[in-house]
Amino acid sequence: MIPFDYQRAADGASAVATVTRRPGAAFLGGGTNLVDHMKLGVADPDLLVDVTRLPYDAIEQLPGGGVRIGATVRNSDLAADPLIRSRYPVLSEALLAGASGQLRNLATTGGNLLQRTRCVYFQDVTTPCNKRQPGAGCSAIDGWTRNHAILGASEHCVATHPSDMAVAMAALDAAVVVLGADGERSIPLVDFHRLPGDEPQRDTVLEHGELITAVDVPALGFAVRSAYRKVRDRASYAFALVSVAAALDIDGGVVRDGRVALGGVAHKPWRATRAEERLRGAPADDATFAAAADAELAQARPLRDNGFKVAMARNTLVAVLRDLAARDQGTKDRP
Amino acid sequence: MTEPLRPRAIGTSLARLDGRAKVTGTAIYAFEQPLERATYLHPVQATIARGRVTAVDTATAEALDGVVAVLTHVNAPRLASTDDAELAVLQSDEVAFRGQFVGAVIADTPEVARHAASLMGVSYDEQPYDVQLRADRDDLYAPEVVNPSFPTDTDDGDVDAALESAALTVDQTYSTAMQHNNPMEPHTTVAIWNDDGLTLYDSTQGVHAVRTTVAPVFGLDPERVRVIAPHVGGGFGSKGMPHAHVVLAGLAAQVTSGRPVKLALTRQQMFSLVGYRTPTIQRVRLGADSDGHLAAIAHDVVEQTSKIKEFAEQTAVSTRTMYASPNRRTSHRLAALDVPVPSWMRAPGECPGMFGPEVAMDELAVACGIDPIELRVRNEPATDPESGLPYSSRNLVGCLREGARRFGWDRRDPTPAARRDGGWLVGTGVASSTYPAYRQPGSVANIRSGPDGRFTVRIGAADIGTGTWTTLTQIAADALDVPVEAVDLQIGDSALPMATVAGGSSGISNWGSTIVGVARAFRDKYGPDPADGSETEGETPDNPASERFAMHAFGAQFAEVRVHADTGEIRVPRQLGVFAVGRIINPRTARSQFIGGMTMGLSMALHEHSVMDPSSGHVVNHDFAEYHIATNADVGDIDAVWLDEHDPHLNPMGSKGIGEIGIVGAAAAIANAAYHATGTRVRDLPITADRFLP
Ligand SMILES: Cc1cc2nc3c(=O)[nH]c(=O)nc-3n(C[C@H](O)[C@H](O)[C@H](O)COP(=O)(O)OP(=O)(O)OC[C@H]3O[C@@H](n4cnc5c(N)ncnc54)[C@H](O)[C@@H]3O)c2cc1C
Ligand code: SF4
Repeated sequence: MIPFDYQRAADGASAVATVTRRPGAAFLGGGTNLVDHMKLGVADPDLLVDVTRLPYDAIEQLPGGGVRIGATVRNSDLAADPLIRSRYPVLSEALLAGASGQLRNLATTGGNLLQRTRCVYFQDVTTPCNKRQPGAGCSAIDGWTRNHAILGASEHCVATHPSDMAVAMAALDAAVVVLGADGERSIPLVDFHRLPGDEPQRDTVLEHGELITAVDVPALGFAVRSAYRKVRDRASYAFALVSVAAALDIDGGVVRDGRVALGGVAHKPWRATRAEERLRGAPADDATFAAAADAELAQARPLRDNGFKVAMARNTLVAVLRDLAARDQGTKDRP
Repeated sequence: MTEPLRPRAIGTSLARLDGRAKVTGTAIYAFEQPLERATYLHPVQATIARGRVTAVDTATAEALDGVVAVLTHVNAPRLASTDDAELAVLQSDEVAFRGQFVGAVIADTPEVARHAASLMGVSYDEQPYDVQLRADRDDLYAPEVVNPSFPTDTDDGDVDAALESAALTVDQTYSTAMQHNNPMEPHTTVAIWNDDGLTLYDSTQGVHAVRTTVAPVFGLDPERVRVIAPHVGGGFGSKGMPHAHVVLAGLAAQVTSGRPVKLALTRQQMFSLVGYRTPTIQRVRLGADSDGHLAAIAHDVVEQTSKIKEFAEQTAVSTRTMYASPNRRTSHRLAALDVPVPSWMRAPGECPGMFGPEVAMDELAVACGIDPIELRVRNEPATDPESGLPYSSRNLVGCLREGARRFGWDRRDPTPAARRDGGWLVGTGVASSTYPAYRQPGSVANIRSGPDGRFTVRIGAADIGTGTWTTLTQIAADALDVPVEAVDLQIGDSALPMATVAGGSSGISNWGSTIVGVARAFRDKYGPDPADGSETEGETPDNPASERFAMHAFGAQFAEVRVHADTGEIRVPRQLGVFAVGRIINPRTARSQFIGGMTMGLSMALHEHSVMDPSSGHVVNHDFAEYHIATNADVGDIDAVWLDEHDPHLNPMGSKGIGEIGIVGAAAAIANAAYHATGTRVRDLPITADRFLP
């Protein structure tokens, strides 16, 4: 292990100042991703500033009916929160579909958003990777791509973002509240993570030293009828091959509004705006759901090993929407 | 017939004698040996798949505070023998596979050793390499024998003619994935080199196997090598023989002036250094009459080995004895690749080799319109098809029938893709299981009476988590006709009398027979009231019956599978195994072996797949986030039961080995159930969701 310094942040502003000043410094949340990377040689910060004791550990109602989730709230606590479970079941379900109980007990909201790709080449310092070392080349493109992106990838990187939580937040129009040297700013979650383009080393738009303090989730009445469905290779403790976060507002058999995001398919949580467009105003039936899925996935560009993700994403999206619609009609398990 | 032992302690569910020590953390494993002034070893691995090391920059590593020494092929002590290329560690600049040792750091702490290892700059002259197994390669070759010493090919009757004239045929190619053993406890070795010779605390399945293998490598008399392993956290075959890391630790211990050297491989390192199960490609041809009576069986296997050392998995060997058919052919062909050395993994041979044929039998049952259990019953041989010998006991049919009864098989509608529960397609499947009742000579036990009617029983056996501490104590108690409390068992140390390795499901049979033989000799000599200090030592007695009988264990595996109609996700809510394995020494530890094996079979069926990436030349999913092993949530209602089988020919305990049979056939049963659920026949493992999507 490479020697490093460790500090416990006294307050947000000084944590930001410390990390901003030192190019090799990093914030430490639960450490479930960063510490792994330090062991693997993927990250080598010379200073860790532990932010888990900062006063960002609350889940509070916002004036407009939304909720503010502190950056250091643990994933388990967030998943179990009554407010979240009743108003945004999709978020609670997404969290519970992620990692394991032990990891969720440690993982923080801020750290979860910033967890890095599980691309096996990224995690192995002996294989070239543009994300780890810009310009080194992408080993995945000609390698094993079963878990890689089908949407929005570039010739420089085809990695996916692994977070479940962030997919639900993308569907919910959440915003990331960030404290920087110049004060606070709020970034819509859908703009927070980037597509790889020609800078795959940048996962997000965050600048060095900027500290996530909270995630704001706005009021969304119909999110009480929302769901998260994760498809994975084993029953638990596996990253998503494909996941779907969705909420539907149905009135008289017609979709009034909907929110859809996909996970496991792109370098960022994939807000399915084309699918949402197709849903709005259309009859709440299988034909509409299939058309919505097809509209979104028409842009898919699968790689050698992940062609199945297109059908999997399509089927899963249709199934989630169908289940939500059925729930709306009061029957829980339509065959 | 060996004289059977009267069971008293045998057959009872005695709780593990080492259980308390393990759950309280006082059972000491290799790496935890409290040793003064220990140093820590961290290896440096090749990042190319083939070529030469041209330079190693060690200066930065050496300059680091706490580094004791740095080893490369240039300065490492010379070995006395490099005959075994896998063990010829740091003896030349050649790189034969990615991940091979090219250096190592010894330091005062594991952290410094690891950091220093990462600072070693290794330059290579990289050469073209080849890591891809394909059945159509033109360089496949026939090994002289397959593991350990079976004929490579067999050909009885006229298979081609029989296939030609058969009313029904199945001709399909099946494949099993490359898999890694991944025991819970990583491979760890602590080496101490001093005037007495070499002492190893090693996580191994056989202390004497390590001593015998390692002594000539270092040019030491075996008496000067001591290997100690009282507790081992699993091996599944990967600790059956010492691998390169044991030699690396021994080399390192020569340059630390007597300080102990501790080495624990990381999970990632284990993916290139301690063996694995070869991928297999199996062409299976069956010919049968319209009633399902087999006229021909052909099983042709292609698999891999490494260029530096041959390991030929005996994949088709179980086919030679499984079903009656006048015409039978089996073959094994190898591709020698620039890959790590494959080795034993739980039921080498039978485990992959019962996948292809047992799925083919299911396909034949469908083709004939016969129930798959009935098909197997119809092809039950009267004597061993290969040797012509009678079976000492063969209760495959009994297992199939008992399993059918318990599993509710009579209610099964054979139509595929005809059952739905919510979004899930539901099906059930069956497959046969088998494993040879191996027995090896060469173990020695020593029994000595102590005061108060106590006995010390000494034998260098291993407990790799299977329960040897407990079951050998039960056997010794019955053999001496005393309560288990009166027996002090000593195992896990090469200073004890010689013992065979815990492998081939033969440990209890070998060690138990030996203990019983010695106990009887002891009682013959000293009677019921031996004086304190009376002592007898002796070897495994011969079993003449092994010439006259074919000895195998059998079983039947049942599975229920659900495949999600939308997503293709596959789950196994129910598994049942029924086994006929002679007498059960301890139902509690036996059950955990069976269920463990079946779970590993489930894992093989749905998850385990070491992805050998041709463009980087190594297994890229080399950690537990990416190399999937079944989790608790993947295992549903799982049960294992056994028939009350009496076989007087095996050994005095009447037992067959049980460590491996649980995994055999489990994957085929699941694949067959997946077909029944969906109508999609998956012939390549693992069976993942994408197989069921368009
Ligand atoms: C085996 C395994 C399986 C997993 N499976 C899943 C899964 O199925 N689904 C899933 O979604 N996740 C999964 N995870 C990932 C897990 O969710 C993340 O590791 C976790 O959420 C990261 O949170 P953390 O607080 O531990 O982050 P850390 O590891 O502490 O930090 C991660 C990154 O965020 C930065 N950071 C942390 N807090 C802040 C802050 N407040 N402001 C700015 N930067 C910050 C750190 O500097 C670091 O770069 C798995 C992880 C493991 C190890
Ligand atoms: S896909 Fe991205 S993360 Fe993976 S190797 Fe390529 S550049 Fe690196």
